[in-house]
Amino acid sequence: MNDGFLIITNNTLVKEKLGENYHVEYEDLSYEDTLRKVRDRVYLGHKLLTHPLSGSVKPNETPYKSVMISMKPGELDMRSMEIIENAIHACGKFQFKSDKYKPEVYDDFRLIDCTLLESALPSAECWT
Amino acid sequence: MIRLEMGHIFIKDIQFAAESKIEDGVLYVSEEAVKEIVLEDEKIKSVKFDIARPGESVRITPVKDVIEPRVKVEGRGGVFPGVIAKVDTVGSGKTYALKGMAVVTAGKIVGFQEGIIDMTGPGADYTPFSKLNNFVVVCEPVEGIKQHDYEKAVRLAGFRVAVYLGELARELTPDETKVYETYGVMEGKEKFPNLPRVAYVQMLQSQGLLHDTYVYGVDAKKTLSTIMNPTEVMDGAIVSGNCVSACDKNPTYVHENNPVVHDLFEQHGKTINFVCQILTNENVYLADKMRSSDWTAKMCRFLDLDAVIVSQEGFGNPDTDLIMNTKKIEAEGVKTVIITDEYAGRDGKSQSLADADPAADAVVTGGNANQVIVLPKLDKVIGTLDYVNTIAGGNEHSLREDGTIEVEIQAITGATNETGFNYLSAR
Repeated sequence: MNDGFLIITNNTLVKEKLGENYHVEYEDLSYEDTLRKVRDRVYLGHKLLTHPLSGSVKPNETPYKSVMISMKPGELDMRSMEIIENAIHACGKFQFKSDKYKPEVYDDFRLIDCTLLESALPSAECWT
Repeated sequence: MIRLEMGHIFIKDIQFAAESKIEDGVLYVSEEAVKEIVLEDEKIKSVKFDIARPGESVRITPVKDVIEPRVKVEGRGGVFPGVIAKVDTVGSGKTYALKGMAVVTAGKIVGFQEGIIDMTGPGADYTPFSKLNNFVVVCEPVEGIKQHDYEKAVRLAGFRVAVYLGELARELTPDETKVYETYGVMEGKEKFPNLPRVAYVQMLQSQGLLHDTYVYGVDAKKTLSTIMNPTEVMDGAIVSGNCVSACDKNPTYVHENNPVVHDLFEQHGKTINFVCQILTNENVYLADKMRSSDWTAKMCRFLDLDAVIVSQEGFGNPDTDLIMNTKKIEAEGVKTVIITDEYAGRDGKSQSLADADPAADAVVTGGNANQVIVLPKLDKVIGTLDYVNTIAGGNEHSLREDGTIEVEIQAITGATNETGFNYLSAR
């Protein structure tokens, strides 16, 4: 188990695939509420390790979001705060349609979110 | 000196025929031959081909990639090195390109896919690919295939078809020839001692499935920022593996014909010394962003540049890469002009980018991707309309009963391209 980082997610696939080897905190939240949860952690001193707007699938289009933050809190990181606040602000620009898809499309959304997060793992493993 | 001669062969029409050949500007394609090439990959169950010409009442969707066929006639390497041709440094010698046409790969990979090319009507005004004769390849995968494997299979099938068609031009005489010359660092300084030293910083999408770009066959997310001779892109050194957010992704066609590269070459030796192209990625991991932008700025300083043009690819998290690059390059005393696009909301009143900095004070925009457009019903669809209601920029009412489609222009392939390969302007 890697103790350097924690993955905050609302994506069951991330929990299933990565939960055994990494700290994954799953909660059934909306995309925006997942970002808010990350923001709350940032205010507690956790650092953002992946960009919250990862991927070109837009907020309110995909319902899923996974974000990697530092495991241990430290001092408030201003840059992390700026990025997460901007990301939450960006959600408002997109029409909500996360509930408009055929059931099988959600598997694709889960997969894309998972590959985006996984793309950060090699670098994260190297550093932490 | 590095010299590339680009021979242009103008294609005014494409037709199916028993034998593949180019004659009097018409590309004849044997369906059997291209079918065999596509089906070489056992992951592809079946394939259909179609031809879409400018002005026809045809809609192609969902588009995956757009590719210009080329052939390496003289010099090192082959087209799409590290992907189709063996790895070898390209960008010198002689290359022929089939102008006025493209290979378009289309078909569903994931259920929310986007990318519309209308060949006529208002939608056609938003995509440069409506002006081309398009040879469309629609692949069906075998049952049970994973999306990663399917994406790769379609990506490579498009390149194989493009290389096959490009080969048909090998023995032809080009209708037009353009020559591009670049110099080593010292050589360029001696040749143009009084011209400002300018480079092009190109940011490449590199985040995961349907968000990847390959440089000489290497997944860009696994690279450090690097230097290329700008003629290398003309031989297909950079290829696209991405298609999400169709408006501001660079299809392979855009890499081959990058307008920033071409415009800088226009001024090369006249008003500027176009030193090189610097490639950098757009990764998900924030420390990767730091590292890549550090390296980009370091190289700008190392090359004693006076100015750079920075182009972005995509939206949202690349805004952070864009701002990091700009801040750090400017801090090295190198002037920047950035090219981006905007998600400013349907009314255009929201903040355009997800990041900002005072150092980014020279900005060119490709347009507002949230802008709404109504596309008329067209007679024929190549691909499927199944996803129009769910693509980015669409909603459950997008496909109306009368067959018209209301979408944001982000659904249109190339509408707000961030290399300037688009039609939106504010004249």
